[in-house]
Amino acid sequence: MAKPLIIAIWMSALFLPFKGLKAALILFVALSCMLFLLKYLSRFKDVIIAPLHKTFDKMQNIFTAAPLPSILARYALLMCLAALPFFSGDYFLDIAVLAGIYIILALGLNVVVGFAGLLNLGFVAFYAIGAYTYALLNTRYGFGFWTALPFSLIFTMLFGFLLAIPALRLKGDYLAIVTLGFGEIVRLILNNWDSLTRGPNGISGIAPPAIMSLPMEKLGYYYYLVLFFVILTLFITKRVYSSKIGRAWVAIREDEIASSVIGIQTTLYKLYAFAFGAFWAGLAGALFAGKMQFVSPESFTFMESVLILCMVILGGLGSIYGVIFGAFLLVLLPEILREVQLYRMLALGAGLVMLMIFRPQGLLGGKSVSFRS
Amino acid sequence: MYLLEVKNVSMHFGGIKAVEELDLRVKDGIIMSVIGPNGAGKTTFFNCLTGIAKPTGGSILFSDTDITRLPPHEIAKLGAARTFQNIRLFKEMTVIENVMVAQHCQIRSGLFGSIFRLKKFNDEERTVREKAQEYLEFVGLSDYAGSVSGSLPYGAQRRLEIARALASEPSMVLLDEPTAGMNPQETSEVMELIRNLKALGKTVLLIEHDMKVVMGISDWIAVMDHGVKIAEGFPSDIRKNQMVIEAYLGKEQ
Repeated sequence: MAKPLIIAIWMSALFLPFKGLKAALILFVALSCMLFLLKYLSRFKDVIIAPLHKTFDKMQNIFTAAPLPSILARYALLMCLAALPFFSGDYFLDIAVLAGIYIILALGLNVVVGFAGLLNLGFVAFYAIGAYTYALLNTRYGFGFWTALPFSLIFTMLFGFLLAIPALRLKGDYLAIVTLGFGEIVRLILNNWDSLTRGPNGISGIAPPAIMSLPMEKLGYYYYLVLFFVILTLFITKRVYSSKIGRAWVAIREDEIASSVIGIQTTLYKLYAFAFGAFWAGLAGALFAGKMQFVSPESFTFMESVLILCMVILGGLGSIYGVIFGAFLLVLLPEILREVQLYRMLALGAGLVMLMIFRPQGLLGGKSVSFRS
Repeated sequence: MYLLEVKNVSMHFGGIKAVEELDLRVKDGIIMSVIGPNGAGKTTFFNCLTGIAKPTGGSILFSDTDITRLPPHEIAKLGAARTFQNIRLFKEMTVIENVMVAQHCQIRSGLFGSIFRLKKFNDEERTVREKAQEYLEFVGLSDYAGSVSGSLPYGAQRRLEIARALASEPSMVLLDEPTAGMNPQETSEVMELIRNLKALGKTVLLIEHDMKVVMGISDWIAVMDHGVKIAEGFPSDIRKNQMVIEAYLGKEQ
């Protein structure tokens, strides 16, 4: 009974020096009301939470369950996605393109964090490298999207290897900090190497991708391009996941010593995970640069890394469809909550806390990892 | 012939001599037990054999290859597999997946094979799955194939570890206390399983505390105490050995 009151008093006492007595009192009343309400609601936990769990479990099964309905569901979804530009406005298409880019990023990070269990807090660095490689090759040397893309991909993969070599001597929290540092280093270099990257001003005038000399400037075309790459990413990550490589990644995540004893070259496979993840980030980066036709270090801050990580965790670590769902949700949510601009980060934070309490495996995260494809 | 030859192996952690100048030879196709009181250095010895710990001195020959400095995955490829005292399963994978991962080294097709689903890839995946099913049958877990391995009962988890060890197609299996914490019924099942391993032609190296198991199935026994091998011989000899009795029960005053 007393616990909510103590929490409320504690919080308002902390608040007191900053906002004065009145605000602290309001906070106290609001907090205690809310906490009591929550406590009251927790009695109905089974009634409210259990059906939610069930719905998400079901959603997770749509694509993986019986073959015929899942194939139908896939085709239906694909048709809907393909038809989207015909009946939606530019606003929604814009969000869809952004969501697509984030889905590619999240799927890439999922390989590193979800499959191989290596916490990477600097993933945005690869995204930035991919974007800048295309931007520079295009504006300086006049490379088109399709000629620059392989360079972007190879270059980011190279950086993936480069980061992995020192980072893989470390484990857990230490690895997280090194990757965090890497992300910041890349951002700072982009910000300060004026002669190459034009610093905080960014690079503008990047040409959009073109197919058969038809520029993809129109949002509808770009949507299809991104859709194609999203499907490609999904296709390849799924297949690699259900092969010996994917199995080795999960084994390393679960128990490194045991996996080395059964003959998995753990260091090599961790390296693969880093490079494979970076590859997709490079692709997403190039697509991002092509869409915006402008890149600046501002787009590649640490918060972006956190956002991508949130997508992976929200959807469910290691669950491919979960991650897609998470990315979609986190791109869409700020748009829906645009009215309450100020509070959307608050809502996101509260949502994540709730998620960790009630469904720690993520919205569509399964209880186990499966390789059926 | 000797499958495993351990020559003068020492493993020191700073001032602690976990294993001191150990000499051991294991014949092909036998069940050999390593016994000794707690802290005798048995598990450390196993860690040296599988490359998890690098011995500070001496050398280990396994099927005529020097494996002293090799990393664990190379040793696994040469044909040594092990289980762990504190079970180390891939807890979130299903039972069959645990056994499938262990066939890692038998699979040839790589990234491209998996992306394009070449015929070779599909064939290999099928055999891997079938073989996994066979190994599960061998340890009596085929009914559990689809369940998450972390949720298995304790005894079944131990048997799954043996199946996983088998799946990497070893010539020698190292079992670290396979019957720890089991009831008599389960223990006799595991004994039967170890005998079947021998029948398959595997050499079994066993750490065990349960004397009924040790005396019942071993062809040869080595006794360790404080990192040193104090005796070696047939079970009947070990039973009577004065040094062994002293190590376990203490000296008569």
